[in-house]
Amino acid sequence: MALITGTRKGIGRYLAEYYVGKGFQVVGCSREPSAYASTFYEHFCVDVSDEAKVKRMFGQIRKKLKRLDVLINNAGIASMNHTLLTPLATVRKILETNVVGSFVFCREAAKLMLTGEGGRIVNFSTVATPLKLEGEAVYAASKAAINTLTQILAREFAAHNITVNAVGPTPVQTDLIGAVPEEKIKELLRRQAIPRLGEFSDVANVIDFFIRPESCFVTGQILYLGGVS
Amino acid sequence: MTKKDRILQCVFSALDELNEGLPREKRLAKAPEVVLFGEQGHLDSLGLATLVVLSEQKVEEEFGHPVTVADERAMSQHRSPFRTIGTMADYITLLVEEE
Repeated sequence: MALITGTRKGIGRYLAEYYVGKGFQVVGCSREPSAYASTFYEHFCVDVSDEAKVKRMFGQIRKKLKRLDVLINNAGIASMNHTLLTPLATVRKILETNVVGSFVFCREAAKLMLTGEGGRIVNFSTVATPLKLEGEAVYAASKAAINTLTQILAREFAAHNITVNAVGPTPVQTDLIGAVPEEKIKELLRRQAIPRLGEFSDVANVIDFFIRPESCFVTGQILYLGGVS
Repeated sequence: MTKKDRILQCVFSALDELNEGLPREKRLAKAPEVVLFGEQGHLDSLGLATLVVLSEQKVEEEFGHPVTVADERAMSQHRSPFRTIGTMADYITLLVEEE
């Protein structure tokens, strides 16, 4: 059973369909309803940073499905802007969704996993963090927090057979980079070892690796795509 | 049964589950005065965290809404509500009554 955040569109939507296709019972969530329907998919409308609503959702998962094997913390927002032009409201919104949201889901998922046989948590980082991208200060900083969270939770949850890792995608053609000028994207791609946009399948491939049973000895790792390190 | 008794039973039920994973000599007795954490405590931090989580789940099942036992107030109290089974049950009762 897998829980994926931010499944209304983009990578999250792709992952929901992908893991249903692989035989998972998938629970997804986003602020708005999802158009995706499947017998093996259930959608919750929830803001990932709303602790009370997130806890209620986990209560329902526990009651109905009794377990959680995989959490994919995909939900995230970005804002490309020079720091001098970034309103504080934007900073708060990014930190709330990316950091607070991921934290709450990790904590609640671990509570559910520790009463079962353990589990797998996959967080979302970004190449913007190691590349120190200008114009992405807040987004990259929020993902730097995710990296540290991933590495420390990996240690805290290890005794419960829960692994915590992160995938760091390159730009993928989604709404997240919709407002980024084409030249900026090209400039970024030139800094990758393999200079192309990522595909949804590139991201799914890394998640597949993290969640497979044989990866029980892999935890606290941040795996960047495109040859970024 | 009073609300407090129901909550104590939830904590005992959580303790049953915790005890299942402990070696026989480390299992905790189901009594309010049993010290959980700190001086003469029977649990390490991992054991306490597990008991808190299991207790939250049992209380949610019993009362139908989630509670966060390890909240900011609990963490800032001079006398930890997690000191004994009884103090923990008392603290959860307070939280449930405030709902």
